[in-house]
Amino acid sequence: MSLLAVHDLAVSRGGLRAVEGVSFTLNAGEALILRGPNGVGKTTLLRTIAGLQPATAGLIEMAEDAVAYAAHADGLKGALTVAENLRFWAQIFGGEVGAALAAMDLEALADRPAASLSAGQKRRTGLARLLVTGRPLWVLDEPTVSLDAASVARFGAVLRGHLAGGGAALMATHIDLGLEGARELDLTPYRARPGRAEKPAGFNEAFG
Amino acid sequence: MLALLTRDLRLATRAGGGFGLGVAFFLILCTLVPFGVGADTSALRPIAPGILWLGALLACLLSLDRIFALDHEDGSLDLLATAPLPLEGTVAIKALAHWITTGLPLIAAAPLFGLLLHLPAEAMPWLVISLLIGTPALSMLGAFGAAITVGLRRGGLLLSLLVLPLYIPTLIFGTELIRRAVASGDPTTPLVFLAGITAGVVALIPFAAAAALRVNLR
Amino acid sequence: MSIWEYANPVKFMRTSGAILPFAVAGAVVCTVGGVVWGFLTPDDFRQGSTVKIVFLHVPAAMMAINIWVMMLVASLIWLIRRHHVSALAAKAAAPIGAVMTLIALATGAIWGQPMWGTWWEWDPRLTSFLILLLFYLGYIALWASVEDVDSAADLTGVLCLVGSVFALLSRYAVLFWNQGLHQGASLSVQSGERMSAIYRYPLYLSMLGFLLLFVALVLIRTRTEIRRRRLAALQAREMRA
Repeated sequence: MSLLAVHDLAVSRGGLRAVEGVSFTLNAGEALILRGPNGVGKTTLLRTIAGLQPATAGLIEMAEDAVAYAAHADGLKGALTVAENLRFWAQIFGGEVGAALAAMDLEALADRPAASLSAGQKRRTGLARLLVTGRPLWVLDEPTVSLDAASVARFGAVLRGHLAGGGAALMATHIDLGLEGARELDLTPYRARPGRAEKPAGFNEAFG
Repeated sequence: MLALLTRDLRLATRAGGGFGLGVAFFLILCTLVPFGVGADTSALRPIAPGILWLGALLACLLSLDRIFALDHEDGSLDLLATAPLPLEGTVAIKALAHWITTGLPLIAAAPLFGLLLHLPAEAMPWLVISLLIGTPALSMLGAFGAAITVGLRRGGLLLSLLVLPLYIPTLIFGTELIRRAVASGDPTTPLVFLAGITAGVVALIPFAAAAALRVNLR
Repeated sequence: MSIWEYANPVKFMRTSGAILPFAVAGAVVCTVGGVVWGFLTPDDFRQGSTVKIVFLHVPAAMMAINIWVMMLVASLIWLIRRHHVSALAAKAAAPIGAVMTLIALATGAIWGQPMWGTWWEWDPRLTSFLILLLFYLGYIALWASVEDVDSAADLTGVLCLVGSVFALLSRYAVLFWNQGLHQGASLSVQSGERMSAIYRYPLYLSMLGFLLLFVALVLIRTRTEIRRRRLAALQAREMRA
């Protein structure tokens, strides 16, 4: 059963196509790592699949409400404690807080206000939210930023557990998370060629 | 939905949430007015309903940019947009939270400040009624303005410029309601219009605000 | 060939370039002709020579409203059919509409002074135009504030839609709030007291002149916007490469 199927996808940033013609499928238990130089369009592609921006062309096939998205910003409220932050997302998505706290080693911090956490601790809370959502398809944009080696290893274990449990992950990362059998997709060959398109992505293409 | 509402209420009442600032601003405004126009009852009484409505409207404006800006900065808005809530519902809930934390305290304080401005006693209930019916529209329209300006660095001033003209019908019918109730005892017509505007705004503006939010998220 | 072909930038530039000289010439001839002809009409028996400002006031007021309607239509075309020129035309029209509103307000004030004995009266019509000016200013300010043109086009489109509803709503709210001393519409068919023909024909000419003036200005401004977008597109491509 494929959780995500992408056909001939084009995504754009700043009114110009970034990448085009991207196709792949992601089955339960699989992980796909996007590669490519800065600015090639990894973040844009991830945001498009998460549903935060419309695709310029192509088709994204997946179940409704399948995606859990995590990017540079953790979406934490400094005035709330770690547990309160996670409990909020649990109520929204309908998941479990306790297991997520344990998995990301946050139990000792549970009653601390998020404002008092270090950058790495905030990051761990942000990643614990993925578990709370209970969603199968994790879309991760540089998930390991500001994590120390131990936390990276811990997150790697969480991710392997998620895949083993029938989940899937699509991510952009430069760090080896120890995922065996993870596929890689280099976006460089899909870089969009400038020129007039059938349907312009924005003003910069319509008048280019 | 309820979770989002309780979270927003909790955030507003915790340290740094800015709860009560609106009422304080409202008080300052009502204190300054007699210095500007004179303290005579004959000068204050006729303008009291208008001043109270204007004060409530401006106090409401102060906290509008917080509706989405904070959630946009820390990334919560991205996460809410991928949540199983429809974005229209998120907008409506956040506007409701703004109304509870800003509108309701203003309504509670308005009769008290009405005393300062020599508002006649028979106008007091009508003041409260008109604010109760009118201020939800102010919060909802404010959420629309906040959704449009959420990505902008200096959005505050622009937000006022966009939102204040939208407040004109509510302001007119709100003050007219009090005036007619006091003058003739029959405020039915402005009451119906005021309620109609609020109902229309609450029903339709969430869609426009959600559309604006989607544009600003991409 | 469908009408939407004209929304293609290249085609728009070619067509508008061909129309432009005629629009400019027509605007100059009709506006100058209408105003001068109007100025040569005899004085009104009640309002005296002051009535001649009507040849500026009424066409400007008419265009102030019509330009907003045109912006609404252009915004709808942009939001539904995604024709980029349409969004740029709405952007180009807004400052012209704001100036037309200003002209209507200023001439109204100058006319009101001898007629009503005051420069400004919170009369429903004048007030409605003042509110319309606020909506124009908000729309222009939003275009100016949003850097990303794709977002700006969508956001101003939504604002124009919501603003139209509230401009209309404000019009009726203001009527309810204050029944004024403004005279009824000068050209309405139902009104018993109609404008006599010697005033009516120069007024029609002046209105046509203002309409052509708007067409000429909006074409020039839209062409400028298209060239600016073309420049920005080339720069963006350069930076990406």
